[in-house]
Amino acid sequence: MMTGVGKYLPLLASSLRRKRLRTFFTLASIVVAFLLFGLSESMRFALRSGVEVAGADRLLTMHKVSFTQLLPASYETRIRAVDGVAAITPQTWFGAWFQDERNQVPTFPTKPEAFLRIYPEISVPEAEQQAWFADRGGILVGRSIADLFGWHLGDTVPRKSAIWRREDGSDSWEVTVRGIIDVPQGGDTRQILMHQDYFEEAKQQAKGLIGWYVIRVDDVDHAQSIARQIDAMFANSPAETKTSSERAMAQSFVNQIGNIGAILSAIVGAVFFTMLLVTANTMAQSVRERTNELGVLKTLGFSNRGVLGLVLGESVLVTTLGGLTGMVLAWWLGIQFEPVLDQYLPGFRVPGTAFAQAFGIMATLGVIAGAVPAWQAMRLRIVDALRQE
Amino acid sequence: MSAPPAAADTMRPIVRIRDLVKEYRRGVEAVRVLDGLSLDIAQADFVALMGPSGSGKSTLLNLIGGLDRPTSGSLEVEGLRVDQLTDASLARWRADHVGFIFQMYNLLPVLTAERNVELPLLLTNLGREQRMRRVAAALALVDLTHRAKHRPRELSGGQEQRVGIARAIVTDPTLLLCDEPTGDLDRKSGDEVLTLLEALNDEYGKTIIMVTHDPHAAERAHRVIHLDKGLLSEEHR
Repeated sequence: MMTGVGKYLPLLASSLRRKRLRTFFTLASIVVAFLLFGLSESMRFALRSGVEVAGADRLLTMHKVSFTQLLPASYETRIRAVDGVAAITPQTWFGAWFQDERNQVPTFPTKPEAFLRIYPEISVPEAEQQAWFADRGGILVGRSIADLFGWHLGDTVPRKSAIWRREDGSDSWEVTVRGIIDVPQGGDTRQILMHQDYFEEAKQQAKGLIGWYVIRVDDVDHAQSIARQIDAMFANSPAETKTSSERAMAQSFVNQIGNIGAILSAIVGAVFFTMLLVTANTMAQSVRERTNELGVLKTLGFSNRGVLGLVLGESVLVTTLGGLTGMVLAWWLGIQFEPVLDQYLPGFRVPGTAFAQAFGIMATLGVIAGAVPAWQAMRLRIVDALRQE
Repeated sequence: MSAPPAAADTMRPIVRIRDLVKEYRRGVEAVRVLDGLSLDIAQADFVALMGPSGSGKSTLLNLIGGLDRPTSGSLEVEGLRVDQLTDASLARWRADHVGFIFQMYNLLPVLTAERNVELPLLLTNLGREQRMRRVAAALALVDLTHRAKHRPRELSGGQEQRVGIARAIVTDPTLLLCDEPTGDLDRKSGDEVLTLLEALNDEYGKTIIMVTHDPHAAERAHRVIHLDKGLLSEEHR
C-alpha cells in the first residue's frame, strides 16, 4: 500500500516526462558530477587505506635529502644498537617489471627473518617461510600479484629491473616463488620480497648501499625519542638521515598526492556548482510552465506548503536519480578497472562513506536548486495561476 | 445593497452570503467587482450564474469556493465562515467539501485519466487500493472506465470534461462549482456534460453552482441568477 510521501511519487515522476530532452540533459549533468565525485572519493580512499594500515610502532630511516638517495648498509649495526630497537631490516626500491614494462611489480630486497618480525600482520604459512629463508634466490609474492600473473609456488619467474643490473650486465633477475603473502586484516598484497644478501651480491652498482631502513621499536611511546637518537647519530655525516614513523611517512606521501586530491575536489566542486545552476534553471522553467497546473492543484486542496513540498520533492528526485546513476557508474567503473589500477592504486573503489556523503549532497543540492521555484510556487495566488495558459 | 434572494422555504441554505464586497487594485484605482452582494443557495439546488463578461460571476464563484478572499462581508458554507479560515484550513476545506469543474478542463497532461481523478484523493488518508476503487467508481459514473489509462491528449473535449467531473466528485463533496463547464464543447458534448450535472444534482443531491454564458445550459438549472456590475437579479423558474 502506497501511503505517506510515497503516494506522491507517480505525480513527481510524471513531471520528469514533461520535457524529456530537458530532463535528459539535466540528469546527464548530474550523472557526470556524481561520477566525478565517486571517482575522486575512490582515489582518496585508495590513498587513505595506505595510511591506515601503516604501523605507528614502525620507523623508517631514509636519507635526509630524499628517499631516492641511498644510505650505507653499515648503518644497520649502529641503529640496532640503539636502546628500544626491536628489529631492523634494510629495504631498497628494485623497480621490477614482468614480461612488459606496463606490468610493474613492486619489489623490495629485504632481510627475510627481520622483515616478518617487523610486519607480524603479514601472513605466510610456516613451511613457505622456511622455504624462502632457505633459498637465497627465492621470493615472497603478494596474493594480488600471484593471482594477476597466475604464479604458483615453485614457479621460476624472470623479472627485469629498470634500475639494477647484475654483475654480468644483464637486467634480468630470475627468482623462484617460495611463498604467497596474505594480509588477513586487509592491506597491500601487491609486493614482492627478495633476499637482501642475494641482491647485494648480484648487483653491479651501489655495493654496500641500501635504500632505507625499517625499524620496529619495542614501545610505541619511545618511537619519537628513538627516531631523534638515530638522526642525531648520523648528523654531520655524508649521509644524514631522517627518521619518522611509517604512518607519518605514509601520511606525508598522501599529503603530497593530496594536493592532487585538493585540485580534484575543486574541480568536483565546480562541477557540482554548474550542476546546481543547471538543475535550478530546469526547476525554474518547469515551475514557470506549470503555473496553471499548480493553481489547479491548489484549487483541489493542495496547501501552499504541500505545493512547496511537491516542487522541492521533484528537485530532490532529479538530483537523486542523476546522483545515484553517477555513483553506481563510478562503482561499476571501479570494478572494471580494478585489475589495471590495482598495480598503481590498490583499494581503488567507491567506499560506503562516499555513498552516504553522496546521498547528503543529492538532498542538499536538490533542496537548494528547488528552493526559489518552490517558494514562488508556494506564493502563487490561485486566481492568478488559473488565468495562466 | 440588494436583498438576499431567498432559498426555497423547504431547503436549508448551504451557502449564505451577506454584504459581500470584492475590490481589485488596478494601479492606484480600486475596482469594485462585487458590490455588497447577499445571496442564499439551498442544499441540493442547481443554480446558474449568468451575466455579461466582467460582471463578477467567476469572482463570486471563486469566493464561494475559497479560491479568493472577499474585501468585506461574510460568506458561510454549511455554517462555516470560509472567509475567516486560514490559508491552510481553507485548502483542507476545499479538498473535503468542494469539487471544481473548469471550462478548459485543467487536467494534468502528463497523467492518465485515472491519475488525474486520483489527485484529490492523495490528500486523504486512503490507501492505494481504496483510492483506486473510488477512482474506478467516479470514472464509471461518467462512463469513462475504458479511457482510464489514456492521457488527456488522447481524449476528446467532452471526454476530458467528464474526467474533470470525475475528479470533482471523487471525494464526494457537497458543493460542485462549475465555471463555464460547456464553454469549450460542441453542443452534443455540452449536453452530455449538462445531463451528467443534472444527474449528480438529482440522484446524488449535489449542490451545483454553474457560471455560464449559455442560456441553453442555464435552462438545466433550477434557478438562474443574473449578475451585472456586481449586483444580483434573479430569474425564478
